[in-house]
Amino acid sequence: MRRRRRRHSQRKFGKRVATLEEAVAEGQRHVGMTGPANSRVIEAGAIRRFVEALGDSNPLYTDPEYARQTRWGGIIAPPTFLCTIQAPLTLPDLGFGRVNLNGGNSYKWHRPVRPGDVITAQATLVEVRGAQSSSGVLLILVREIRYTDQDGRLVAEGRSTGLRR
Amino acid sequence: MLVSRTLRLSEVHVGDELPPLTKHPTTRQLVQYAGASGDFYEIHYEKPFAEAAGLPGVILHGLLKAGWLGELVQTWAGPNAFVRHIEASYRGIDQPGRPYVLGGRVVSTEASTDSDGSGVVELELWGQDETGRRTTIGKARVELEA
Repeated sequence: MRRRRRRHSQRKFGKRVATLEEAVAEGQRHVGMTGPANSRVIEAGAIRRFVEALGDSNPLYTDPEYARQTRWGGIIAPPTFLCTIQAPLTLPDLGFGRVNLNGGNSYKWHRPVRPGDVITAQATLVEVRGAQSSSGVLLILVREIRYTDQDGRLVAEGRSTGLRR
Repeated sequence: MLVSRTLRLSEVHVGDELPPLTKHPTTRQLVQYAGASGDFYEIHYEKPFAEAAGLPGVILHGLLKAGWLGELVQTWAGPNAFVRHIEASYRGIDQPGRPYVLGGRVVSTEASTDSDGSGVVELELWGQDETGRRTTIGKARVELEA
């Protein structure tokens, strides 16, 4: 199975192809690597476009009059809105697999995000390992992302598991 | 607009199920989500690209499914509830054109030490496809007021 995929990849991309073991060993050399901090002003319009894309009609995220009557006193962003702030982490090509899949996401919030906040996202590579799944071998890369606000306070912590196969 | 009620901790019991949320994702919605989230990976809207990557066609963003779990939880708990934690694990791929149902169940409730009646509810969450296969497994912690 693996050999067949390797041949396919070599034909398609014509570049060096690593075994899972090689890719894991190379990837693990980069554990602890931190990407650049990326800051973004949170805009009400961006929140609106995000909840429209989800199909979530909760007025807490879009209606200032409504949101003013809640404990928050104004609009907040929905929980997973933080994923719109990219936290770049560019790893060297590990030469393995041909598609990246999202294996999972986790967020812990310390407070909601509001329009006007300036949120900074920064990712760190925390784990690289291999795994066997029903669909073949996988290269697993786990990133942790810290989200801080304009006062330097921690707003949320994210963890994302990327699968390469 | 009248503000929706927020659940109180005393109204929530272990085993309670959240009203399910049914979504009907389309490729159009995936394009919309790509634009709103900034995730423009072509496997979510370009069929030939997805097929060349070994997928059966374009697939839903994992974070779209996580976003729906957030919607499920906040809608159930009410506007004054604070969603503290959501975790989603994607166990299978999902394609547009098929209904997707999000659900959840209360697994524990814990009163805060302030003894003011507030506290934290823990939920198990899932998303399932039309065959009943749970392709998303998750959990959440939600803070409720007294």
